[in-house]
Amino acid sequence: MRNLLLKTAQLTFLIAALFAFLGTDQDARFQTLGHKVMCVCSCNQVLLECNHVGCTYSDRMRGELASYVDRGDSDDLTLQAFVQKYGPTVLIAPTTTGFNRVAWVMPYLVLVLGLTTVVLIVRTWRTRPLAIPAGVIGRANNAELERYREQARKDTQV
Amino acid sequence: MSQIGSFALLLALMLSAYSFLAGLVALVRKGPAAERLGETARRAGIATFAMVFLAALVLVIAAFQDDFSIAYIFHHSNRDLPGAYKFATLWSGQEGSLLFWSLLLATYGLVLRLRYKTDSRLFAHASVIIAAVQVFFLMLLNFAAHPFALMQGTLPQDGNGLNPLLQYPEMVIHPPMLYLGYVGFTVPFAFALAALIMRYPGEKWIQITRRWSMVTWGFLTCGVFLGAHWAYSVLGWGGYWGWDPVENASLMPWLTGTAFLHSVMMQEKRGMLKTWNMWLIFSTFLLSIFGTFLTRSGVVSSVHAFAQSSIGDWFVGFLAVTFAVCLFFYVKNRSHLRSEHKLESLVSRESSFLFNNLLLLVACFTVLWGTLFPVLSEWVQGNKVTVGPPFFNRVNVPVALLLLLLTAVGPLLAWRKTSIESLKRNFLWPALGALAIGAVLIVVGIRPWKDMSYLYSLMTIMLSALVGLTVISEFIRGGRVIKGHTGQSLFGSMVQLAHRNTRRYGGYIVHFGVIVIMIGFAGAAFNQDKEQEMGYGDKMSLGAYTLVCRSYTQEDKPNYSSEWAIIDVFKGGKQIDTLYPERRFYKASQQTSTMVANRSTFKEDLYLVYEGLNQDTGRPILKVHLNPLVMWIWVGVWIMIAGTVVALIPNAVPVRVTAPARIQTAPVGAGD
Repeated sequence: MRNLLLKTAQLTFLIAALFAFLGTDQDARFQTLGHKVMCVCSCNQVLLECNHVGCTYSDRMRGELASYVDRGDSDDLTLQAFVQKYGPTVLIAPTTTGFNRVAWVMPYLVLVLGLTTVVLIVRTWRTRPLAIPAGVIGRANNAELERYREQARKDTQV
Repeated sequence: MSQIGSFALLLALMLSAYSFLAGLVALVRKGPAAERLGETARRAGIATFAMVFLAALVLVIAAFQDDFSIAYIFHHSNRDLPGAYKFATLWSGQEGSLLFWSLLLATYGLVLRLRYKTDSRLFAHASVIIAAVQVFFLMLLNFAAHPFALMQGTLPQDGNGLNPLLQYPEMVIHPPMLYLGYVGFTVPFAFALAALIMRYPGEKWIQITRRWSMVTWGFLTCGVFLGAHWAYSVLGWGGYWGWDPVENASLMPWLTGTAFLHSVMMQEKRGMLKTWNMWLIFSTFLLSIFGTFLTRSGVVSSVHAFAQSSIGDWFVGFLAVTFAVCLFFYVKNRSHLRSEHKLESLVSRESSFLFNNLLLLVACFTVLWGTLFPVLSEWVQGNKVTVGPPFFNRVNVPVALLLLLLTAVGPLLAWRKTSIESLKRNFLWPALGALAIGAVLIVVGIRPWKDMSYLYSLMTIMLSALVGLTVISEFIRGGRVIKGHTGQSLFGSMVQLAHRNTRRYGGYIVHFGVIVIMIGFAGAAFNQDKEQEMGYGDKMSLGAYTLVCRSYTQEDKPNYSSEWAIIDVFKGGKQIDTLYPERRFYKASQQTSTMVANRSTFKEDLYLVYEGLNQDTGRPILKVHLNPLVMWIWVGVWIMIAGTVVALIPNAVPVRVTAPARIQTAPVGAGD
């Protein structure tokens, strides 16, 4: 009898813990997914941050999101359902498929290209003397420029 | 009244067109006649200011007189609008804001034309370029977006009123600051293009425009952050930056302008990056115009849909022509822009500026790319996509961290070449300090391995500490040298140090402001919020705070009616404050607006939003945000402004530089 009570208590605890865990997980998923979707009431806000009481869109969309999460739909499936119903602009950021991938790749590509260019420029500057066309920076101008630079040095150095 | 305004605008257009054409002819021809013609062009430019000022004055008076026969006043004002907002009507709509832009440009032009003796030839070129820009805006005002257009049919008794989102004290100052920044970049742009056209020797145009650039950059900084503060206080979503296209439009010229302020030092000190600097300032100006285009054309969807129309084509045309002119003169005169020195080492101040510029421009490109990608997507795929905060944050946060690292390391590097030993010596203690701060933060509970945002937050604070410590060590090191020579106190020596080299130490103070802002941004990773219906006596807990609803009520005022709650705030069982979150309904425009109640401390903001009444229960719904460290952002902005002001103060021992015969004699800094 005592064993039975103990086992029942253990089982109850396990179920409660499981529910609590699942509940937390579902809340977290609701929050995460709710921040991947825009409210479509033209407020340009994340679904869970749309603060219009009585906003017919956000209330309905939150309800839909909750039902998808409760039903156990995967993240992809949930987002796809929103896209099908409200169009691709409902997603807060471009997907990583098709042409949308370009959106994500381009900034990094520019960074890499920029870094490569800077490194190449630095290497070129270090290895090749600069050809300054005669007449552009003559002797007189050099003296004048040196005065400006001296002023700049004084402005920016101790 | 409207006829006076219309006539003033037309006259302004004629005067600026004359200023442009006569100025151009005077520059092409030689001799006393050309000089006299140039002088008339200069005076026409000055008179343009008078006419544009008159037009703006007429519009403001019309707003105060509730002259609803003018369509612009009908659409953007109403009888019960408070006086300050009636004044702000000038920049509340498209036509008015274009007039305001034109007025600021005319004012900048006036200052420039009055100081023409600094270098009459260079100033005459710059004056013509500014006149050309002015012609564009005045053409818009006269033919596409006329602020004095009249209402048709029966005159309305009252106006539509100002957009409720704009009825907030900061909106009286935010747009002028932003516009002062946008428009101000026209001046360094004009001087840069003038110097390129003239094949002007040396860096004098940079010397002349240095202060223009810094003041303009300072205004733009104020404008951007006032906008962030306005969004935080009015939009009621608990954030201050939403990567909205129009916010992005203000950030882009700020980024390129910041890059310019840094890289220009390489040209001044080493005669390097001349082409780069030229294009940076061209880009900054073009991005300023592009920002206005984004705000006004409606090409991308934005919460700033205050004033949209079909004037986008005009801006596209102007951008194209400006770019073509810049490119033409660059190709024609590029030989003039060759570097005079080469970079000698990767571990040098020069290379740190190169990488700093690269990162700032990558950030700018990312913002531009993300802003325009929806348009590109529609063009390529046939459907728009949304590019929201996750995109911008994912790309720009790492870039910002790298920039912080450079901000720490850069000032420790010497020009030309730095030995690794010297870098180690200067960098060791700040680096150890930053690591110690990181360790303390982990001990007190930041777990960077749990979430990427925590990792970014920790790195931001550590790198900010690194920058802060290097700035402090620079002040102390320099102060000690002066103390050794003068026997003053260390603090007095540091003040003298800053006064001797205001530009350098003002720059350090700006850097210090930047890190304070970055620490404020880092707090966003720990934001919390909660939403609850709050009846009489209902409680809500968030963080260390307990909120109790004492009451809620409604009020009717001439301009709006409002609902608001009275919320007592408790902490540790003790009442510490009472907050009044409010929601207003503006009668004239039939729109609602949120008045957030915010209890702001250095540690965190307790931010209450009155969302509205539950129609079923009749009780208010409140959303409460607990946003750590937000106040640091606004404090950081003040520090940045203070640093900019310090950088503008002339050095304690001014040095006069005389130019050779070809360039007129002038004190350095004159005209800037």
